[in-house]
Amino acid sequence: MSTSAAAPSPQPARVVLAEADIDRALTRIAHEILEANKGSKDLVLLGIPRRGYPLARRLAAKIAATDPGVKAENITGQLDVTMFRDDLKRQPTRAPLPTQLPATGIDDKVVVLVDDVLYSGRTIRAALDALVDLGRPRIVRLAVLVDRGHRELPIRADHVGKNLPTSSAEKVRVRLAETDSVDGRPVNEVVIEDRTA
Amino acid sequence: MRHLLSTEDLGKDDAVRILDTAEEMAAVSDREVKKLPVLRGRTVVNLFFEDSTRTRISFEAAAKRLSADVINFAAKGSSVSKGESLKDTAQTLEAMGADAVVIRHWASGAPARLAASGWIDAAVVNAGDGTHEHPTQALLDAFTMRRNWARINGTASPGTDLSGMKVAIVGDVLHSRVARSNLWLLRTLGADVTMVAPPTLLPVGVAKWPCTVSYDLDETLAAGPDAVMMLRLQGERMNAAFFPSTREYSRRWGFDDRRLKALDSHGLTDTIIMHPGPMNRGLEISAAAADSPRSTVLQQVRNGVSVRMAALYLLLSGETHAAPATIQEAQR
Amino acid sequence: MSTPNEATAYLVKGAAIGSGAAADLLIRNGVITETGTGLSAAGATVIDAEGLVAVPGMVDLHTHLREPGREDAETVETGSRAAALGGFTAVHAMANSSPVADTAGVVEQVYTLGRKAGWTDVRPVGAVTIGLAGERLAELGAMADSRARVRVFSDDGICVHDPVLMRRALEYVKGFDGVIAQHAQEPRLTDGAQMNEGDVSAVLGMTGWPAVAEESIIARDVLLAQHVDSRLHVCHVSTAGSVEIIRWAKQRGIKVTAEVTPHHLWLTDELVRSYDPVYKVNPPLRTDEDVQALRAGLADGTIDIIGTDHAPHPSEAKECEWAQAAMGMTGLETALSVVQHTMIESGLIGWDDFARITSLMPAQIGRLQDQGQPLEAGSAANITLIDPAARWTVEPNKMATMGRNSPFAGRELPGRVVATFYQGHPTVLDGSLNTPRTAEGE
Repeated sequence: MSTSAAAPSPQPARVVLAEADIDRALTRIAHEILEANKGSKDLVLLGIPRRGYPLARRLAAKIAATDPGVKAENITGQLDVTMFRDDLKRQPTRAPLPTQLPATGIDDKVVVLVDDVLYSGRTIRAALDALVDLGRPRIVRLAVLVDRGHRELPIRADHVGKNLPTSSAEKVRVRLAETDSVDGRPVNEVVIEDRTA
Repeated sequence: MRHLLSTEDLGKDDAVRILDTAEEMAAVSDREVKKLPVLRGRTVVNLFFEDSTRTRISFEAAAKRLSADVINFAAKGSSVSKGESLKDTAQTLEAMGADAVVIRHWASGAPARLAASGWIDAAVVNAGDGTHEHPTQALLDAFTMRRNWARINGTASPGTDLSGMKVAIVGDVLHSRVARSNLWLLRTLGADVTMVAPPTLLPVGVAKWPCTVSYDLDETLAAGPDAVMMLRLQGERMNAAFFPSTREYSRRWGFDDRRLKALDSHGLTDTIIMHPGPMNRGLEISAAAADSPRSTVLQQVRNGVSVRMAALYLLLSGETHAAPATIQEAQR
Repeated sequence: MSTPNEATAYLVKGAAIGSGAAADLLIRNGVITETGTGLSAAGATVIDAEGLVAVPGMVDLHTHLREPGREDAETVETGSRAAALGGFTAVHAMANSSPVADTAGVVEQVYTLGRKAGWTDVRPVGAVTIGLAGERLAELGAMADSRARVRVFSDDGICVHDPVLMRRALEYVKGFDGVIAQHAQEPRLTDGAQMNEGDVSAVLGMTGWPAVAEESIIARDVLLAQHVDSRLHVCHVSTAGSVEIIRWAKQRGIKVTAEVTPHHLWLTDELVRSYDPVYKVNPPLRTDEDVQALRAGLADGTIDIIGTDHAPHPSEAKECEWAQAAMGMTGLETALSVVQHTMIESGLIGWDDFARITSLMPAQIGRLQDQGQPLEAGSAANITLIDPAARWTVEPNKMATMGRNSPFAGRELPGRVVATFYQGHPTVLDGSLNTPRTAEGE
């Protein structure tokens, strides 16, 4: 898309969360989860691909660090929502990614869905549908690194790393070392880009 | 991917993507709720000009597990024997709002014809056409082989191919759409293929195929294949001078008990025996071989549903009438 | 024989006569009365033919006009309009109509329909065997003696595969200087055949039509023709091996002639990969090696003539699965262009050779007295004027034939028929149909 002369000059990407900010936010969320759950009992963290999964693993590691009775890998899983999305017909075909649940399953567990950015809420709607087909958790909560607003469905997050007021013309990019790199170096950052740029 | 017509024109990325997606579909089949909402409101027509209950119910199960509506249209019989009928049938299905047509036809090329004709807008899936191709059979065979190959190599199967695997395809290659589809797909996935058949049951032109041709099954087994795929011998071949008698055929090209033992004596502990079904026990395969732990016949049937779910999902879930689809990972 | 009914004279000015220099042709009363340069004739309609090539009116030894019986596919009227537009002043209507042209009555009917249509000389081909059934000889003599004066006999579409029957037919037609035009196809080797047997059929999983099924019949037939010293014509030769056998037979002095279709000079079985039945034809499209051998054979005279095997079909016969589709392609209106493209523009032959393979030789094989004559004073005025520089794109819907099954649809072809003179009357002028030659009430 080209920018017309009348449009404001595009803003360069600006970093809103640096590596240390992300880590601090995750530490806080981990504590909030434990607090809300009154401990680690029955906790299951399910990350939504792609970046929700590494975030879930990081959270689980932090929880395991505070509660020696918990093994991070035993409470972490990945929940693919591709086949539950409501926009499949509007997008090019997406190949589904694996769904992996902890061995204990999710029945009667406290499931915390983990994703990087909460935006329209449609991904979380799909995740809730996907969950129903996998079992019946006692409680489902939602943790996100960034809540950028613009909800299209009655969905809210229980745990938020950072509330980020954005315009819909902007794009929020989360980059995590597990999934992303810039110039060949893994990075951890959240940046805002102008979509029209 | 707009249609699935052959494995000859299926690229490696698409093939691996179908197999990987099938892995996820297989996981769904192991769940309590064996259903996905992806094709809700979509209509899949099973258009069968030739009887094949196995293939039809496999596609039917696949479509239903994806929540599609399924219409079975058995077009075999005298009412639909004239050529015009494929066009009329296609236009009828179009008018009924079919999103995909799974077509089985006795004539080679009928699915390609349907896809290229402009009579219908739906995605066309070849469920076996004459002696041409049977791409979903080859995909389920490759899926079965890949799982076994990955297990032997101690890796997970998603994302992998069949590099280094040696596959022998044995029997009536001339009339086999399964053999053709397997050859192209196995080559695409990096496997080495040997076709073993009496010379009368190999097509003129086989020398140009990217495979080794052998008339000697024992020699091929001694060379240590990782998979041996036995083809079904159709009854009507037996009276057309392709070979002197079924007894001679069995002795020379059947997988009998002696050859099952030979696998052990060659030390081929991991070699699997495959058959697309339905089997002629005692003809191209002995009961002991069919029922041995090496046999993957039932795995193949099970995997068929997963592979067909993957194919239907990849064909139907994307943008309608989009340009060739590409993988786009969920970013939001 | 035919009494010219046109009082009008035509002066064709400045056309190259075949490969030769430009000259004028004065046409009067159905005859070329004068040739030379700078001719003038009072009252004659002058046709400026500068840049055009004049050849003797083209003669097709192999046309399916479908009438009687399959008027939904083609009629004598529509087929002969197509012939005129394609530059043909005579066509041989194959016998596989319904009823089969195996009696004097049917051949006279076709002949009369052709005279009435008036666009081209329609010469019926008589069936060799009753009902093309390959069992008993049809009344060949009666057809020869009929008003249609049949000289070419063929069961085309079906091979006269019984060697005894073929021998008898070859012998019998000697009585009236006839010729047996054989569709060479060993039936047992081609049971259920769908396409050329080879690399492509192996991949497509289609029952093959092996070259040997054609070659073995031709080999047998040339030996039979030698044994009984009779005339044999081989229809639509399609393989390199057939060319070799015919070359060998001609070297031995056997009276064999051979034809090739325009499509076999160009198209190959690679096209079948589309599964589009417009490419389904009998004999089937072969390989490029065969195409090159056919071109070479045509250029060196081993193959004598072009025969279109024009085979129109109604759309439903092609709008179906390959295996269900009818075999055949239209060809009358593309023959000139395809031959120009494959033979002339490739440098293999010139326009004099073109005249030989499309007019002189086919007229000779069919024993047509007033066709295939050189363009000189005293010859019957059957003339095709060609613009070799023209380029056009094949649109089957715009053709005069009822058949839409042209394998060349969408292709740009060179060369175009500008005018066709049939016994002195212009059936085609300025590239469009003019008027039929009025029947003289035979």
